[in-house]
Amino acid sequence: MSMTITEKILAVHAGRDHVSPGDLIEAKVDMALANDVTAPLAIKVFREIGVEKVFDTDKVTLVADHFVPNKDIASAEQVKIVREFARQQGLKNYFEGGESGIEHVILPEKGLVLPGQLIIGADSHTCTYGALGAFSTGVGSTDLGAVMATGEIWLKVPPTILLRYEGSLQPHVGGKDLILHTIGLLGVEGALYCAMEFTGGVISRLPMYQRFTMSNMAIEAGGKNGIMELDETTLAYVAGRTSLKPDIFRSDPDADYERVIDIDVSGIEPQVAFPHLPSNVRPVSEVGNVLIDQVVIGSCTNGWLEDLRDAASILKGRKVSPGLRLIIMPGSPLIYKLAMREGILETFLDAGAVIGPPSCGPCLGGHMGVLASGERAVATTNRNFVGRMGHPESEVYLANPFVAAASAVLGRVGGPDQL
Amino acid sequence: MIQGKIWKFGNDVDTDVIIPARYLNVSAESELAKNCFADIRPDFAGAVSAGDILVAGKNFGCGSSREHAPIAIKAAGIRAIVAESFARIFYRNAFNIGLPLLESVEASKALSDGENAVIDLAAGRIEGKGQVFSARPIPDFMAELIDAGGLVDYIRKVKIGR
Ligand code: SF4
Repeated sequence: MSMTITEKILAVHAGRDHVSPGDLIEAKVDMALANDVTAPLAIKVFREIGVEKVFDTDKVTLVADHFVPNKDIASAEQVKIVREFARQQGLKNYFEGGESGIEHVILPEKGLVLPGQLIIGADSHTCTYGALGAFSTGVGSTDLGAVMATGEIWLKVPPTILLRYEGSLQPHVGGKDLILHTIGLLGVEGALYCAMEFTGGVISRLPMYQRFTMSNMAIEAGGKNGIMELDETTLAYVAGRTSLKPDIFRSDPDADYERVIDIDVSGIEPQVAFPHLPSNVRPVSEVGNVLIDQVVIGSCTNGWLEDLRDAASILKGRKVSPGLRLIIMPGSPLIYKLAMREGILETFLDAGAVIGPPSCGPCLGGHMGVLASGERAVATTNRNFVGRMGHPESEVYLANPFVAAASAVLGRVGGPDQL
Repeated sequence: MIQGKIWKFGNDVDTDVIIPARYLNVSAESELAKNCFADIRPDFAGAVSAGDILVAGKNFGCGSSREHAPIAIKAAGIRAIVAESFARIFYRNAFNIGLPLLESVEASKALSDGENAVIDLAAGRIEGKGQVFSARPIPDFMAELIDAGGLVDYIRKVKIGR
């Protein structure tokens, strides 16, 4: 019987020939992930379960990325719990300090997540790895504690919404704009319970970093995962990062979809999501005069090297608007180093930017760029909920790196063609 | 077999109304139960009996991922929830703490507040208003999870035999 790529990966990991939407399965997990916020709770559950050792010391990855370098005593205590657990368990992959970056950037970068795998993370943006042709989804701490103990998770097989993108992209339009446009179309609960499968000619031409951006924000439409089929671009990305041979799954041509949505991208301008929902999108030309205090470029959504290149291409030879804070957060130490080598960091510094360490920082209003009441920021991040980046009366506008960079120069929300 | 009085709710009941954030400074189950639905149905916590059934519309449990929400409902005495649909993380969290959920559009529409219903979890059968409704039966391992009292106990008893 025919299946979608999501169904095939779930079936294989449940040891079954076939699964259908709605089936409840117990599946084997290839990688379990938690961060400095969610791991301490998951570790508590793991201890309650009472096993001595995690199911596989190679398959549990813990990343200190949210409040690091430790912002206060409470966060230092949290990281300490995670560090001590990682040591005591002998985990192969625990990242902190100069080895650490944003979890959803460093796991693909280090080849720890691969096509065809089933990846469970105690972080809602675990869906990022769908871009590699993997099934990956976010869960709560109880679930993750159980996965660490058993290597298995129960899952309900989701129905799939197929999103087909055709046409040609306008300048300065990429994965961020496609996913914002899609979330605007579906609404924040439009893909509830569902797998989102991104396909079509546009996706096949999209570079890897923009594919990650799209899968990263599947959760913002309520999706369980956001998956793409593997192709040469995926294989080229994975090559050299792992000695394992990736498993290749593809949707059958006659697979059943809950909905099929065709999107012609030709008319899509750079998108800006207004406060306080990622679905609240407008084309950049219809933004109006929105003055801003801060711009953040980075996060697991747009903290890739190419994202920084895109932003630098706009900022080269320009200065940020007087009084505006531009904060750059590279996704990983490697990206930081390569950006330095390419001269991108110098471009940012010359423009007047502050360059932060590879970490979540201001994305969740944690530290290193928190907003005061009444302040507005343009950010390349993924959420603009009330108070997401600081004070409940601050505002976040989501955009791609070109628009974020242009806005930093303009001092208001605007695109590169307004410079 | 679950048999009890129906407490009926509407669509999009979110975790903030299930257990308002101001009551999250404690995690004792009895305290959470006392404040369950405090804002939208203040009579609930005092009048609900062990074994009762909650029936709701679409997207029950939307909002934050707090596990306190299903814990409060379960600790108040509710033994099962029937709804048209559940928010994804609430769905996981409820089963993980040993609270069974059934999806049935027909049952959700037909059943009314204050009446009695009988649920056979294994068969996915809901009886009420003199009618029988069918939901997808809960698979064996999920039923075991519920019987064990939640994911942590299920793993302890069934998977690692403690
Ligand atoms: S960068 Fe932001 S969205 Fe991504 S993991 Fe960190 S806090 Fe979450």
